[in-house]
Amino acid sequence: MLAYHRPRSMLEALQLRASGDMIVLAGGTDVYPAKAQRTAWGDMRQPAVLDIAALSDLGHIVEAHDHWRLGALVTWSDLVRADVPPLFDGLKAAARAIGGRQIQNRGTLVGNICTASPAGDGAPNLIALDARVELASLAGRRVVDMAAFIDGYRHTVCRSDEIVTAILVPKRPGARAHFLKLGARAYLVISVVMVAGVVETDAAGKVTHIRLLVGSCSAVPQRLSALEAALAGAPLVGAADRVGEEHVAALAPIDDIRGSAVYRRSAAVALIRDLLAELLPARPRRVA
Amino acid sequence: MPDQAASDLVTLSFTLNGRPTTARAAPFASLADTLRERLGCTGTKIGCEAGDCGACTVLIDGEQVCACLVPSQRAAERVIWTVEGDGPAGLTLRLRHAFLAHGAAQCGICTPGMLMAATDLLAREAAPSPAAVADAIAGVLCRCTGYIKIVEAILDAAGGTSLLPTPVAATAAVGARLARVDGWSKVAGREVFGADWAPADALWLRVVRSPHRAARFTIGNLDRLIAATPGLAAILTHRDVPGENSFGVFPTMKDQPVLAPGLVRFRGEAVLALVGSRAAVEALSDHELPIVWQPLPAITAIEAALAPGAPLLHATAADNVLARGQLATGDPAAARAVAAAEVEGEFETAFVEHAYLEPEAGFAVPVGPGPDRIEVSATTQAPYLDLEETARVLGIETTRVRIRPTACGGGFGGKLDVSVQPLLAVAAWVTKRPVRIIYSRIESMASTTKRHPAHIRARAAADADGRLTAFEMRADFNTGAYASWGPTVASRVPVHGMGPYRVANVSIKTRAIFTHNAPAGAFRGFGVPQAAIAHETLMDDLAERLGIDRWAIRYRNALGPGDRTPSGQRLTASAGLPQCLEALRPDWAAALARVAAHNVDAPRYRRGVGIAAMWYGCGNTSLSNPSTMRITLARDGALRFFNGAVDIGQGSSTVLLQIAADTLGLPVDAFQMQVGDTDLTADAGKTSASRQTFVSGNAVRLAAAALRAKILALANAGPEARLSLSGAHLHVADGEASRTLELATLPPTGVGEADAVAPQATIVLEGIGSWDPPTTALDENGQGTPYASYGFGAQMAEVEVDTVLGTSKVVAMVAAHDVGRAINPTLVEGQIHGGIAQGVGLALMEEFVPGRTENLHDYLVPTVGDMPAVKIYLIEAGEPEGPFGAKGVGEPALIATAPAILGAIRHATGVRATRVPVLPHRLWAALKGEAPHGR
Repeated sequence: MLAYHRPRSMLEALQLRASGDMIVLAGGTDVYPAKAQRTAWGDMRQPAVLDIAALSDLGHIVEAHDHWRLGALVTWSDLVRADVPPLFDGLKAAARAIGGRQIQNRGTLVGNICTASPAGDGAPNLIALDARVELASLAGRRVVDMAAFIDGYRHTVCRSDEIVTAILVPKRPGARAHFLKLGARAYLVISVVMVAGVVETDAAGKVTHIRLLVGSCSAVPQRLSALEAALAGAPLVGAADRVGEEHVAALAPIDDIRGSAVYRRSAAVALIRDLLAELLPARPRRVA
Repeated sequence: MPDQAASDLVTLSFTLNGRPTTARAAPFASLADTLRERLGCTGTKIGCEAGDCGACTVLIDGEQVCACLVPSQRAAERVIWTVEGDGPAGLTLRLRHAFLAHGAAQCGICTPGMLMAATDLLAREAAPSPAAVADAIAGVLCRCTGYIKIVEAILDAAGGTSLLPTPVAATAAVGARLARVDGWSKVAGREVFGADWAPADALWLRVVRSPHRAARFTIGNLDRLIAATPGLAAILTHRDVPGENSFGVFPTMKDQPVLAPGLVRFRGEAVLALVGSRAAVEALSDHELPIVWQPLPAITAIEAALAPGAPLLHATAADNVLARGQLATGDPAAARAVAAAEVEGEFETAFVEHAYLEPEAGFAVPVGPGPDRIEVSATTQAPYLDLEETARVLGIETTRVRIRPTACGGGFGGKLDVSVQPLLAVAAWVTKRPVRIIYSRIESMASTTKRHPAHIRARAAADADGRLTAFEMRADFNTGAYASWGPTVASRVPVHGMGPYRVANVSIKTRAIFTHNAPAGAFRGFGVPQAAIAHETLMDDLAERLGIDRWAIRYRNALGPGDRTPSGQRLTASAGLPQCLEALRPDWAAALARVAAHNVDAPRYRRGVGIAAMWYGCGNTSLSNPSTMRITLARDGALRFFNGAVDIGQGSSTVLLQIAADTLGLPVDAFQMQVGDTDLTADAGKTSASRQTFVSGNAVRLAAAALRAKILALANAGPEARLSLSGAHLHVADGEASRTLELATLPPTGVGEADAVAPQATIVLEGIGSWDPPTTALDENGQGTPYASYGFGAQMAEVEVDTVLGTSKVVAMVAAHDVGRAINPTLVEGQIHGGIAQGVGLALMEEFVPGRTENLHDYLVPTVGDMPAVKIYLIEAGEPEGPFGAKGVGEPALIATAPAILGAIRHATGVRATRVPVLPHRLWAALKGEAPHGR
């Protein structure tokens, strides 16, 4: 019979998690669909469930000295409502476009990165933010870079005895962020291509810090390091024009029902250009 | 799980709809499941169990959530609102009224989710913008309404005004915007759909389905497994089917097994039926069953099925061709030889899923110890077909079967075939227990019918003035693994394939071809929407070639009264395409100018406008498809309308009642209605082919007229007499001849004896009406009168294309439809909105791929944000054969949409798209002048 655990403390949660194979249930927006997929084809086995909802400490967005802490139960809606600086605008844009309001109200950022779908909208933004992921186990806590957290197709470095407790986003006053996603309908889009970026400019409008990420075009989000290097120190105005196919050469998009590989590559270039234009201060915006 | 061991259950307390509530539930069971199965709150619908459709939306602590994604445990101590409640501050109640007044509920299955999402919005924002409304309800899919009336209703509710339609007097119902008669139960969450009720002691049925597209299989010893599995009553195989193990809509083509006998022909085909307690059938995995699979090579595409030496799916279909159709008139080759312009094209469409938000569900009850009879309640579009199929698979007379349809949460053709009915009937018959089933979304998508993918080659020629002189088409339809409605597509397309135009020389040949896919069956238009993409693209080609405006070339060729169709039928009246096009003309001119102005400085976001015309024969093609209706008056004054036409959301119950009321001369609220119970209602035919308003409308008109004639004769009154009914007193006002008929004193009707149990219910007057549209058989060249009437229409689309990313957004549509007479304009508009929504999906996003898009996140249907603004012109070119001049609109609404959108994309970009859906990557490839990459 199905085991369902609802620990009241982190210690209890970690003990349970270490005691056997069980899936962590936060918002439920991935756990239940996975169950529907399995049972529709006659696999009625349900792994034990570790529902962490009672760990209410995980439900907060907290400002610390040099970073923001997003607990494992923070939902997309929590983020949208939070009073956080423009650094989070990209993540908020992703939040507003993840499923309908029902999903935004329940789905968590941490759950999104733990599911580690190539089309997950959280990861590119969080990597662009230089975020880190905090994991806990009975052995203690550890923190890994978001860029290293997802280490393969639908796979993360989170061990079966660990629980992701928070995402830590370093402060970067003055930085701007944006996110664009592409799909074949207006709402409830599973991204065909998505791009996330964080940029900081100096008084002269020159790029002093930049992160550009592409999602849905590889098993894990890809950082466009060569392009970042090319744009560092350059004026942000006109940066879009410097983006070329060569900058997305490392992407490994697939041909599938949502889009061809060559299209994804081309769309990634176009969206990065759009993103860079959007990142210019005070420019009228147009939705892609 | 109701029969789960009590030790696994927890007691949860929460506030439900303002009342403290306690439930015993499994903590991980979804809240939706607990609400429905343990608390009886079946207003919360389950459409996908994956958060994709939003039908299960409820409010928890003031936030809209999908109840299918919430562990029941998390309901503890929360404040929950469902559709059954009036909502915080009565907001849900206010929205209900607005939804009813606006016709925002059609089938009603998404309505609870929409109401709760809207309640959430209005609780936060008293005066939301239309964009805020869209954001708030974007997580709820609707397949019927095109969202437009839903958004209007929410804005109206926010404004605090919601005008209920005023009751109309007798003889004024036709043409009135009457609220749908089944509307209140839908907006109150009280409508009973297939999954919403079953006898408490019903066993559950779970179907084991083939994971392979083609395979042989053997089944080992099941008895041991049954004995070892507590709660499992039976595992049924094909050997357990008491009658014929086959079904299909045509008497000569019953080729689909209830349970496959060792060979499967598509992924999702039923192999075994597990019957038992819910816990038992949900605990037993397929891998625990003794099935040994031997996969076979699968034929998935038309070309492979037609290739020489291709394996045959059915021994009865040489070269895998299920059915052929054709139309031939004149001499197309000779006409082409002298034509001023000749154009041709090749077109391809995809499998399209109906995506009704209600997966198939129902229950069957054996009656008597034999059992003597069987009763099947399920969601359906065709009760009498269900009756015949059920009797056949049980090997019993049809008199021993009763079909009691539940409300139907969307059909669009997909619920014309049986699905759960034979399985339920066999399981209930064999186990002698009531049995219920609820398909999962994935199961529904994998196993039930689809729109036929088409591969069409077509050629058209015209004279220098743009008058069509020749049209040729060769259309192959991928009909999947079983016959279903493949023959109908093959026979309907030849009649319509050239479009609604005068053309003397035509050759059309169609084939429906078997492949290892889910059966392609009936879907809103039976192949005509696919054909329309071909003929309308060719019309644009001719216009371009000849330098003629696209509107003008259609107007020049439009069929009108007096014209002869290519099948040789003279249209004597109600051929309103010229009026439809005339109505569009100012919009066309304005849109062309607007688009041109926009494009002056919009190199990336190009706009274009397209136009398409359509026609569609109402009723079955050259086949008898009668409807019979009955209206009775009883001694106690009960006026009953026995209506066998199931309402699948389009509103037939309301429309037919309006016709009945005005014909009889009593107001609509004087009637009680019994819809679609085969023991009580006569065969009204299927709810398909846009026939219920036209065909059943005539039957009910005749029934009401017959009853009225009897009343007038009894009262010795003239034809203009006015009737009123007060209790058992039927007053007939006719000047000096006025009198009151005391119904209680009248003798029983000839057909019915006095009711011994309830004497007051004895029927004393009745009217029965039957009507079958006058058609003739088509000869070998497709010549004849295939339909008694045709719906006509024309639509224009304005589309914006992002030429860098290849995305298309339909900005606006204008639709003009000749409906003969709009019996209920609100319902007609609802059909047009919904047809346009499905046309947008067909054109831009919908593509069913077995094994890949079997759910509602990978299979894309339009959301509220994908709907254009829609302007409608209702053209009423009265149909002399139709009731009050009316004809059908259900399918016509969809047909012109996709070709109009393709025309607009072409106008915007120059890309002549010939494959739908025009997914961004395909349009992008075409914009680059390349053949599309990938799939």
